[in-house]
Amino acid sequence: MSINTEEMILNMGPQHPSTHGVFRLKLHVNGETITKAEPVMGYLHRGSEKLAEGFIYTQFIPYTDRLDYMNAMTNNYIYCAGVEKLLDWEIPERAEYLRIITMELNRIASHQLWWGTYLLDIGALSPFLYALRDRETVLDRLNEISGARMTFNYMRIGGVKWDAPDGWIEKVKESVKVLRENIAEYDELVTGNEIFQARTMNVGTLTKEQVINWGLSGPIARGSGVDIDIRKTEPYSIYDRFDFEVPVETKGDAYARYKVRIAELHQSLNIIEQACEQIPAEGDIIHKKGARIMMIKPPAAEAYTRAEASKGEIGVYVVSNGKTKPYRVKLRRPSFVNVSILQDMLVGESIQNVVAIFGSLDVVLGEVDA
Amino acid sequence: MDLLTMILYAVIILGALLGAVTYAILFERKVIGYMQLRPGPNRHGPWGLFQTIADVMKLLMKEDIIPTAADKKIFIIAPVLAFVPSFAIFATIAWSENIVGADLNIGVLYFIGISSITTLGVLMGGWSSNNKYSLLGAIRGVAQVISYEIPLVLSIIGVVILVGSLNFREIVLYQESIGMWLIIPQFLAFIVYMISAIAELNRSPFDLPEAESELVSGYHTEYSGFRFAFFMLAEYVYAIAISALATTLFLGGWLGPAFLPGILWFLLKMCFFMFFWFWLRATLPRARVDHLMGFGWKVLIPLALLNIVITAIIKVWMG
Repeated sequence: MSINTEEMILNMGPQHPSTHGVFRLKLHVNGETITKAEPVMGYLHRGSEKLAEGFIYTQFIPYTDRLDYMNAMTNNYIYCAGVEKLLDWEIPERAEYLRIITMELNRIASHQLWWGTYLLDIGALSPFLYALRDRETVLDRLNEISGARMTFNYMRIGGVKWDAPDGWIEKVKESVKVLRENIAEYDELVTGNEIFQARTMNVGTLTKEQVINWGLSGPIARGSGVDIDIRKTEPYSIYDRFDFEVPVETKGDAYARYKVRIAELHQSLNIIEQACEQIPAEGDIIHKKGARIMMIKPPAAEAYTRAEASKGEIGVYVVSNGKTKPYRVKLRRPSFVNVSILQDMLVGESIQNVVAIFGSLDVVLGEVDA
Repeated sequence: MDLLTMILYAVIILGALLGAVTYAILFERKVIGYMQLRPGPNRHGPWGLFQTIADVMKLLMKEDIIPTAADKKIFIIAPVLAFVPSFAIFATIAWSENIVGADLNIGVLYFIGISSITTLGVLMGGWSSNNKYSLLGAIRGVAQVISYEIPLVLSIIGVVILVGSLNFREIVLYQESIGMWLIIPQFLAFIVYMISAIAELNRSPFDLPEAESELVSGYHTEYSGFRFAFFMLAEYVYAIAISALATTLFLGGWLGPAFLPGILWFLLKMCFFMFFWFWLRATLPRARVDHLMGFGWKVLIPLALLNIVITAIIKVWMG
């Protein structure tokens, strides 16, 4: 015998503790089982791409900070790298290393925050505070070099804005040691926990085909056995000089994505360590012209560059018509692409799993809505 | 006991309980705070001693909001219905050999029977709020409490068989006579009791009815001000009551070395249980509804039944 019940539409968000910002999910639920999910986005839309057309090239850099505000360094980088590709500039050695160190530090901060908030979504309170404590170490280093904790505005077209203060590299080396211990703590506290494994294993499973068809990238793709990391497959900047591994899991569930991110933390620390060893003691930090000219005029051309952000593949497509302002800037935001699969993933799941699945995608709303 | 002493006893227990809840909340926040590398509340009074009082004052002075779409009468009754039984069950607790409100022969039965009424309050509160999250929270809460009430009661039956009485005082006196706490002969029952008690109390890791990351705030989403305080109060009073029950059944109630009076031993053991629950909250993620139900019906109930069989055999064998 079956009892017919009325379908209920549950409005999750835009103000809901687990949507990490202003994301809205219209869930059609039967009891606690979801029959249909409609993601609604756009509450944080600021028209970043259009804004870029009204600014000179340098002025748009702070706006990239505000896309994925958890991982602003890579956003800074990718925009600058795009314009540099148009200009065909050589970046000074020291600047490249500073870029790598800050980007990897930022990746660590981003993954740490994800770790904390994901566990908070699943219902564990303490990891969030541990994550914030450790993230503070990273943010302090980034603050010392750029003067900001989240919206760094650190990179410039042709290099970076500030040189590292005295003793900063040593401090970073120290921090790496501290972070190694802290991250080992994460494993002890959470990874082996039975309830955590029960909540994440076989939840939100994505197949390899799904990942490829939907163009998903980053830890989500690598959690499903797609071995793609732009740092390795198409090395940009000076990533080819470092020895690091790309962690890949094959199961494709939330737990696999968790494992990938934790492993990536270790790999980022490896990269930072090597970069701190290799960095030239002194040298220019910005291309000569970049330091002198405000009004950059790239030749009329177009360029697409891509990089591996903490959320996935970030790309920027810059079109120049030879004037001081870009003709068009198109941003490929990994969160926006990754969140698109949500409506397929959620059908048939329970409300509790919605939170576990949505959290495991690691979406930042600033980037979804741009 | 004449009427005057009864009233006096009730008033003292009520006052003591309210005080205890006030400081249980502070205790919880401090314990979790230190576990999370932060000092916890420390602004109001020395060591944050007046923090909860300030919080309660705030709740008292808040505007009384009843949602337009809510079913007013039921909305108003629900928190009261949730709170009153939680307080009523303290009548039978034997704090020490002499301090006991009502020396009922069916103490355990009374305790369990009355405490189930609170579930009604939760259901009424969730339903009458006319809010989808509240409804989901209430349904979860009821399903959970009903499922876990069974292993809880079954685990207590082991103790009752061994002692041969439902009277709290006699249970403790029995433990004195055999010279050990019942946690040793009834260890399996103790484990089952502890796990189902956590689910009964809606505490982490089984705090599904008010899972804030999923259901905003569960069944009391729409409640604010003092009505909300009533739900909170009921929850903490239950935590204390279940600790008191565990102390009586498994840890020998007021028994302990003579350098401290019995009642202090009782309270210390109770604090240990409270601490245990706070500790769990700081450590564990939340379980999932289907896992929770499966665990209750497929693991805990068979275990509790097994315990009853073993206890019965031992009882017959010992004569």
